[in-house]
Amino acid sequence: MCLGIPGKVVEIRDGGSLPMALVDFGGARKEACLAYVPEVKLGDYVIIHVGFAISRVDEDEALRTLELLRTIDELALDQELGAEPAQP
Amino acid sequence: MKYVDEYRDSEIARKLVDEIHRITTRPWALMEVCGGQTHTLVKQGIDEALPKGVRMIHGPGCPVCVTPLEQIDKALAIAARPDVIFTSYGDMLRVPGSTTDLLSLKARGADVRIVYSPLDAVRIAVANPERQVVFFAIGFETTAPANAMAVAQAASLGLDNFTVLVSHVLVPPAMTAILESPTCQVQAFLAAGHVCAVMGWTEYEPIAERYHVPIVVTGFEPLDLLEGILMAIRQLEEGRAVVENQYARAVKREGNRSAQETVFRVFDVGDRTWRGIGMIPASGYHLRPEFAKFDAEARFDVGDIHTQEHPACIAGQILQGTKTPLDCIAYGVLCNPQKPLGAPMVSAEGVCSAYHAAGRGLAAPTAFPLYDLSRPNR
Ligand code: SF4
Repeated sequence: MCLGIPGKVVEIRDGGSLPMALVDFGGARKEACLAYVPEVKLGDYVIIHVGFAISRVDEDEALRTLELLRTIDELALDQELGAEPAQP
Repeated sequence: MKYVDEYRDSEIARKLVDEIHRITTRPWALMEVCGGQTHTLVKQGIDEALPKGVRMIHGPGCPVCVTPLEQIDKALAIAARPDVIFTSYGDMLRVPGSTTDLLSLKARGADVRIVYSPLDAVRIAVANPERQVVFFAIGFETTAPANAMAVAQAASLGLDNFTVLVSHVLVPPAMTAILESPTCQVQAFLAAGHVCAVMGWTEYEPIAERYHVPIVVTGFEPLDLLEGILMAIRQLEEGRAVVENQYARAVKREGNRSAQETVFRVFDVGDRTWRGIGMIPASGYHLRPEFAKFDAEARFDVGDIHTQEHPACIAGQILQGTKTPLDCIAYGVLCNPQKPLGAPMVSAEGVCSAYHAAGRGLAAPTAFPLYDLSRPNR
């Protein structure tokens, strides 16, 4: 219950008093409430906890983290060689 | 799946393990607070791939495990009433109370229903006006926005057959309690990313400063955990102790303001008892007086509850990080996921169940990690 998972908003629905969406989790689809992430648009990724989106996944930050992780051994090499570490 | 698979890349995982080995010069003890993170660490063998002397202590961050026995017994007493439809997240059904669990009660005819979201419980209440619908509102800061919204919805719909049995716990006071303990061995924390997605991390800044512990807000995939560990060890090695955010793609410093607003409209902070740990001041949520009519404890008189834990279970010490499941004589023998004696064996986020699923200390391994991190390259 406590695990949140990222999913893609594939349909925004009018749930009466609450904004709802259909969210795709790599094939499995479930309804979720968007009340806490009013900025979310169709196609965005959100983290879902017990049927509520609690956060929008930030694409730029996601790419930055992956870029940084991919170059981690180059950074290490630079540091071993005494170079200035690159700005994160 | 996007935002999942790329954070499981085995080549990058290997690089991160190497980098952790490269920068580590001393033994360190780190605690991952969240049970979901414990599960990934143990399943992927990440804790075993770390440099010798670097230890992951598993924290109390499994909401199912820390829900006090007394609350479970109250849930059982309420669920047994013929006028009640008792609704709960699925993980709670097999948690042992003093004498039985919700699933056994259901098998004997009680109307116990699993819901995925608390809004489902509200829907059940709308559809069954002649019955009392009770929702077991448990969890950390991650489920609080959903549970609060369910109460707010029930209020705006004017429902008088919907109540919640609240047992909400909060992470920062538990971290403080662990740090205050005279036997505390934790030198750095991986804070639970999704708790911070809701609450932000400003509450952690005074903790990092006061106790001089690095705190790294960390995600849940293997690469997130490895990077979180790397960032924490880097701080330890450099003698720094600040809050850093590994999980920038989902967490902002201020958290989710709109979720916080609803949480604090419905809930107040108050003392909470944690199963196996005891009372921690200001460590949980209670319904605010304006929402008192939605309090199941007030609506149903459950009488005197006398709780009794299984004598073999050492869950309390495990949740505080002073013991591991391998220290428990019942582990894997009397206690297993099919027949749990204590809460940490029930939930997927419980330490005992994580160890059992990975075959730790069992004759035959029951699961195999995604990749082999056990032999560092260098
Ligand atoms: S293995 Fe079972 S009995 Fe032992 S501490 Fe864990 S839950 Fe309790």
